[in-house]
Amino acid sequence: MAYSDKVIDHYNNPRNVGALPKEDPTVGTGLVGAPECGDVMKLQIKVNAKTEVIEDAKFKTFGCGSAIASSSLATEWVKGKTLAEALAIKNTDIVKELSLPPVKIHCSVLAEDAIKAAITDWKKKHD
Amino acid sequence: MNLPIYMDNHATTPLDPRVLDAMLPFFTEKFGNAASRNHKFGWEAEEAVEEARKNVAALIGADPREIVITSGATESDNLAVKGVASMYREKGDHIITCVTEHKAILDSCKHLEKDRYRVTFLPVDNQGFVDMDDLRKAITDKTILITIMTANNEVGVIQDIKEIGKIARARGVLFHTDAVQAAGKVPFNVNEMNVDIASLSAHKMYGPKGVGALYVRRRNPRVLLSPIIDGGGHERGMRSGTLNVPGIVGFGKAAEIARKELDQESAEMFRLREKLRATLERELDEVYINGDLEKRLPGNLNMSFAYVEGESLLMGIHDVAVSSGSACTSASLEPSYVLKALGVGEDLAHTSIRFGIGRFNSEEEVDYVANRVIETVRRLRDLSPLYEMAKEGIDLKSVHWAAEAK
Repeated sequence: MAYSDKVIDHYNNPRNVGALPKEDPTVGTGLVGAPECGDVMKLQIKVNAKTEVIEDAKFKTFGCGSAIASSSLATEWVKGKTLAEALAIKNTDIVKELSLPPVKIHCSVLAEDAIKAAITDWKKKHD
Repeated sequence: MNLPIYMDNHATTPLDPRVLDAMLPFFTEKFGNAASRNHKFGWEAEEAVEEARKNVAALIGADPREIVITSGATESDNLAVKGVASMYREKGDHIITCVTEHKAILDSCKHLEKDRYRVTFLPVDNQGFVDMDDLRKAITDKTILITIMTANNEVGVIQDIKEIGKIARARGVLFHTDAVQAAGKVPFNVNEMNVDIASLSAHKMYGPKGVGALYVRRRNPRVLLSPIIDGGGHERGMRSGTLNVPGIVGFGKAAEIARKELDQESAEMFRLREKLRATLERELDEVYINGDLEKRLPGNLNMSFAYVEGESLLMGIHDVAVSSGSACTSASLEPSYVLKALGVGEDLAHTSIRFGIGRFNSEEEVDYVANRVIETVRRLRDLSPLYEMAKEGIDLKSVHWAAEAK
């Protein structure tokens, strides 16, 4: 299968790879997918509680090139956004940006889920 | 060394230049129809086909009259399974096969199930072997065919064909084996191994695509097959259709080379395979070999690289042509059914790569591939949440995985 240039770029130079301290109250962690399905994404955000702005984001992904690119792109996009803005990111935006073929749409869905899961986790810590 | 490197020799093999040389005249001046009995063009085509048939037969210890030329192994498998089923319908309606067979066998058997035949799909153990007691117990007085492949196309595991043939013969059941991956790579002799019917393919042994053969035993026992392609009665009525003369000539040359060079070549494949395996095992932790390592095709290595998804690994080694056991292309995300049958967990099946070393791979290429795999696996593990969790001591099996975020 031919990958788009943007997918190849994210695969070769993934942005924001790494981990934030999970127990830190300013950090929200989303872990989605399953090893049996061939895709697991961990996306973490560091949020300013006053402004609700995402100040940092990190990811690690087990999955195909499109899954890696989708999560790499997701971290790029959420940085600097408020939680409300980040929640508005749709998987279709990711599909469009990375020119994902139909068989890889699930990768973008997983990336959207990872953003939502990270935000949910952060909110749980701040209820 | 030229890039990309081809190391997927179970999928197909490059044509040996000696094979091409043998074929070329039959595309041009020697274009006759081997069935034309009235002129020189026909005679020379027929002579060339018979010479090729001898070489194919010699590779497997058969008589040339036992070789039925087909369009390839898929047709051979179909003809063996459906041809026996139809011919021996009055004797019985039961066929025994195994879950790791090629789709050409499995789907032919499933087709027969719709025609009210009964099929037993034997399991394999975690090394890939059929259990001989399972086989014995599965045979009934209605069993007409046992079909078990010699060497598996994914994991390279070689079944105990001689023993299976012995069991079949003792019960008066015909035995077919798909020998596509084995013939020309390891010793394979239909008489020593008690084989009644065998499928072969030219393009897996450095011959051309579009030509294969079915070995059909003529005596002790004499095997009869109903044709699945009717027409002019070529190939003793078992397979009609004008013969693909250049293809058959190429097949014959490929079989001749394979027979003459088998010992030396298989030793070299084994040496290169073992170097690849030893290097990967030395440099990387948590790599697992799928299938038995002893009874295995010398050029095959099927390995799981835990915590690294297969397709992303292939993307990282894009200048190397190998195959992945992961098929991350659909919503179902089904990994290889062969690895599943061996009990390889789906998590590890998604991380598997099949290396198929062949005649034209050099040691330099093997070293290059090993290095590319090592550096890519390391890079992707740095990126893998699963590797990170495993290193933290988290048992991944105990994690409750959310398929979707709620």
